[in-house]
Amino acid sequence: MSSIGTGYDLSVSTYSPDGRLFQVEYANKAVEAAGVAIGLKCTDGVILATERLLHSKLLVKGANRRIQSVDDHIGMATAGLLADGKHLGSRAREEAGSFRENYNDPITVQILADRLSGYTQAYTCYGSVRPFGISTLVAGVDKTGPRLFCIEPSGVHYGYRATAAGKGKALAKTELEKLLGAREGGIGVKEGVDEVARIIHLVHDDNKDKDFELEMTWVCEASGWKHAAVPQELLVEAERKARAALEEGMEED
Amino acid sequence: MNHHPGAWGQPLPAHAQFDMFNPGQSYRQAPKAAPITHTQQPLVTGTSVLGIKYEGGVMLAADNLASYGSLARFRDIQRLHPLGKQTVIAASGDMSDFQWLKKELDSILREENGLSLTDSHPSLSPQHIYDFLANLFYARRSKMNPLWNAMLVGGWDNKKNESFLGFVDLLGTTYSAPTLATGYGAHIATPLLREAYEDKAGIDGKGPLLTAEEAEKVLADCMKVLFYRDARSINKYQTATVTSEGVKISDSKSVETEWGFAESLRGYGAQNQ
Repeated sequence: MSSIGTGYDLSVSTYSPDGRLFQVEYANKAVEAAGVAIGLKCTDGVILATERLLHSKLLVKGANRRIQSVDDHIGMATAGLLADGKHLGSRAREEAGSFRENYNDPITVQILADRLSGYTQAYTCYGSVRPFGISTLVAGVDKTGPRLFCIEPSGVHYGYRATAAGKGKALAKTELEKLLGAREGGIGVKEGVDEVARIIHLVHDDNKDKDFELEMTWVCEASGWKHAAVPQELLVEAERKARAALEEGMEED
Repeated sequence: MNHHPGAWGQPLPAHAQFDMFNPGQSYRQAPKAAPITHTQQPLVTGTSVLGIKYEGGVMLAADNLASYGSLARFRDIQRLHPLGKQTVIAASGDMSDFQWLKKELDSILREENGLSLTDSHPSLSPQHIYDFLANLFYARRSKMNPLWNAMLVGGWDNKKNESFLGFVDLLGTTYSAPTLATGYGAHIATPLLREAYEDKAGIDGKGPLLTAEEAEKVLADCMKVLFYRDARSINKYQTATVTSEGVKISDSKSVETEWGFAESLRGYGAQNQ
């Protein structure tokens, strides 16, 4: 990065002369260091997946998950500092809970993403705080159908058909573009699970990165329109296919 | 106008006139201090609920009526409520308190459910829910602001692989038994339920339990007797079963009744004596 501080990065409440907030850009660096997270909006549901890098062989299997449930019908995956993700997750559950309390109706994904991005943005306004070191994928199925949003450390949020955050997000996004570009009417969750697993395995750099566990959740008819882990047998099968596809790709090269 | 409740029904002080440019200033009085009051009686109420353990599960029954005093006001109210996959609660007493309670418990369960994805902890067992309710009811009565209900909690404990049935009421009283009933049913139905239960299981409960069909039959009998004798009941009720398979709540059903005898009762049928 060209911007080695020069005094303008000591507080997030100070702009640099060319109008940038260095602390926010550093937060984006924290995101880029994390394993990739992918969100895919399907015709009949949504999928969230993360590549959970294992920094130690002593870790309990399946521990330190990066995907959390927010409400029955909404999940969120974070890329970046895990503890920041946990905090934003509990805030999200509070927002979803208070919405239900006030309106006796489940919160829509759009409203939740809007509130979380407002919360995230507030952490870019004051000298006493630091911005969130995470990008957050918020996905769910509400009365408006399947929805997917990504909230960045700056507090902006965009809606997506598919998106990725974290290390190798550019490659993952290209793959997602190819995937959806080839399918006019969109993709179903069953096929989506395989494709997302393939993309995560593709993005993962065996030589440079540590081992990883694939973590995947969905909201679709098969899960009763609730945010739930993709069943183990489906996940194992998707990973098997992903590895096979990758090896095939290598032979062609 | 001064809209403070303390000023309601108060006459204007002598010579005071309503000042339309300065409302609430010209004749404001100190609001009358009123004592804080809490629920002192239930308003819209449900009558007794019943519960019995049977082989492989537990069954609850409650009719569909919510009375307003003696008026049969709402005749299509479900008083059985599932909480997750292994618990059902049945409520008698104040229906608005029950509605509030449902919302509260649902939100607790939703939160627990959400957290179970990330730290894979077990879902709340029937015993957990029962203990929570007992604590809540006791805390509320200790604040002189009770939840005006008598509840049955029925469930299947997947860990221990056994059924659960407990009672808790507005005083925070708790007890457990293989057959339970609240309200008028505690007087009328309890002996019938116990008789049926002990016929098979014996007084020590060590014998075989009733089958699901037998349990349903006993509950139907009790609902019939209650419909005959309880003036706050209707002949339309639902049952809920909890087994290792999960919770099932039936459609509304009714029992066959015979009112021919009423004709000959003085003060009941045609009056010709």
